[in-house]
Amino acid sequence: MKLLRDTSLIFNRQMQLLLRNPVWILVGVFQPVMYLLLFAPLLKPALQVPTNAEAYEIFVPGLLVLLAIFGGLFQGFGLIAELRAGVIERSRVTPVSRLALLLGRSLRDVVSLIAQAVIITLLALVFDLRVFLPNLLLAYLMLALISLMTSAVSYGVALVVKSEDALAPLMNTVAQPVLLLSGILLPLTYAPGWLQGVADWNPFSWAVNGTRALFRGDLGAPDVWQGLLIMAVLAVLAVAWAAREFARSVR
Amino acid sequence: MIETRGLRKSFVSRQGREKKKVEAVRGVDLTVAEGEIFGFLGPNGAGKTTTLRMLATLIVPDDGTATIAGADLRADPGEVRRRIGYVAQGGSTWDDSTAREELVLQSRLYGASKGDALARAARVLEGFQLSEYADRKCKTYSGGQRRRVDIALGIIHEPKVVFLDEPTTGLDPQSRAHMWDEIRRLRAEGMTVFITTHYLDEADALCDRISIMDNGEIVASGTPAELKREISGDVVRVGLPVDAVPAAVEALSSYKIEKYEDNVRLYVEDGAVAIPQILRALDAAGVPLGTIELHRPSLDDVFLTKTGRSLRES
Repeated sequence: MKLLRDTSLIFNRQMQLLLRNPVWILVGVFQPVMYLLLFAPLLKPALQVPTNAEAYEIFVPGLLVLLAIFGGLFQGFGLIAELRAGVIERSRVTPVSRLALLLGRSLRDVVSLIAQAVIITLLALVFDLRVFLPNLLLAYLMLALISLMTSAVSYGVALVVKSEDALAPLMNTVAQPVLLLSGILLPLTYAPGWLQGVADWNPFSWAVNGTRALFRGDLGAPDVWQGLLIMAVLAVLAVAWAAREFARSVR
Repeated sequence: MIETRGLRKSFVSRQGREKKKVEAVRGVDLTVAEGEIFGFLGPNGAGKTTTLRMLATLIVPDDGTATIAGADLRADPGEVRRRIGYVAQGGSTWDDSTAREELVLQSRLYGASKGDALARAARVLEGFQLSEYADRKCKTYSGGQRRRVDIALGIIHEPKVVFLDEPTTGLDPQSRAHMWDEIRRLRAEGMTVFITTHYLDEADALCDRISIMDNGEIVASGTPAELKREISGDVVRVGLPVDAVPAAVEALSSYKIEKYEDNVRLYVEDGAVAIPQILRALDAAGVPLGTIELHRPSLDDVFLTKTGRSLRES
C-alpha cells in the first residue's frame, strides 16, 4: 500500500507540473500530425490499397507506436534536469519507495502519451479511419506498455549517464534501427526476406504487427497477444532495472 | 546523537584510460552530542560532503560503523532516513513548483497525511519567514530565500538530526547572517545540527564544536576556543616583498615560523615583547619590511599547525 500511496504522490506532482505547461502535449503531437497530413496521402497509391481508410489502418497504428517509442525514450532529459536541481537527491533521503520514484514518473509519461494518441486517433477519424472501440482500447494498452518500457529505460539510462550530452546520441542510436526494423512507416511485408528475418528479432516489430491487427479489426490474430505479451514482459524488466538504478547506492 | 567509528569511502576515478582509486574518507571517528551545532571545517575536497552523504544514507560506506539518533546506519538505513533531515549543497527545489507545494510533497513523502502536511508546511513557512512568497514559483526567489526553502524541506518532518552541507556558500553577507540565526533557531528547538563549511568565521561563530578535516581525515576536534587555546600565545604576521621571504626566514630562525608566498607567521609567547625584537632582527639583516600585524590565533592557525597549509590558500 505504501508503494501505491508513494506512486500516486509522485504521479500527482508530475501531472501537476505537466498540466502547468500543457503546451508540451501539443508540441509532442505536432510531428505525428504533420506525418498524418503530409505523408499519409502518399500511402494509398504507394501501398496500392483501394481506399484511404485502408491506408490509414496501416499507417496510424505505426505512427502511434512510433510516438510511444520516441516519446518514452526522451523522457530521461527531464530527469537529468531534476537530478541537477537536487530534487531526486531530496527524494532519496526520505523513506519513499524507490520503485514509486520511477513509476510515478513513468505513469505520467503513459498518460501524456495516451492523450496524444487520442488526439491523433480523432484526427485520423476525419480521414475515414474506422476502428472498433474495444480493439482501440487494446491498442492503447499496447501503447501504454511500450511507453512504460521506453520511459523506464530512458530514466534508467539517464541515472547512469547523468548528462544530456551523453543521453541524446545514445537514445538516437537506439531509436533509429528500432524504427527502421519495426515496419513502422511501411509494413515489412514489402521487405526482402533477410530484412524480415532481422526484423523478427525486433520486439517493436511485433508490437507494430499486433497494433495493426487491432486496427484492422482482427482481434483473433496471434500478432495481438504475442505483441502484448512481449511488450508486457519487456516493460516489467525495464521497470525493475530502472527502479534498481533509482535505489542504487542506497539499500 | 551521532557516533561513527572508522568510516571509510573510496571512489574509482578515471583519468583517460587510467583508473585511479581515490580515498575520499579514510577512517572518520566522530561523536556529536544531542542539541549541539557541530561543524565540519575543511577545504574543498577534504571529504566533508562524502562523510555527510554516508551519514545521510545516500552512499554506502566501504567500512566502519555509525549510529545516528539511535539507529544503525548499516543495518537499518530506512530508520536512519526517518530520523534525519539532509540538505544538499546544490539546492533541492524545482523551478516551476512553489515552496508550499514542495513542502507539502516532502512532508507527505515522510508519511504525513494531506491535512497534516498542509499544517506543517504553513508552520515551517511561517518559521522561516517565507509565508509571503509561499505560493510563488521557486525560480522567482532570491538565493537566500531559496536556501531557506531548502532548509525548511530538510526539517519539515521534525528530525532529531539535520545535516546541512555548506548552508551559506554563495550567499551574500546579510543572507548569511540570517541563515546563522535560522540554524541557531533549529538548535533552540532541540535539533542537533551538523554542518559542513569551509568558512573559518562560520565555524568559529556558529558551531559549538568542530572537527577539522583534511585529506579524508579528521586532524583536530574540539570547541573553537579549545582548539585555539592549543596554540599558545600570539601570532605575528610579517608581510614582505616576495623575494625577501628567504632572508626573513633566515633572520628569524630562532622563532617558530611558517613561511608563505609574501609573508611569514611567527608563533610567540607574547606579541608585545616579540614585535620590537622581530623588527630589530629584520633591520639587522637588512630585510625590507612590508607590514606587521599581531593577532590572536584563529582557526586558520589551528588548521595550519595541523596540516602545514593555510585553509585560505588550499
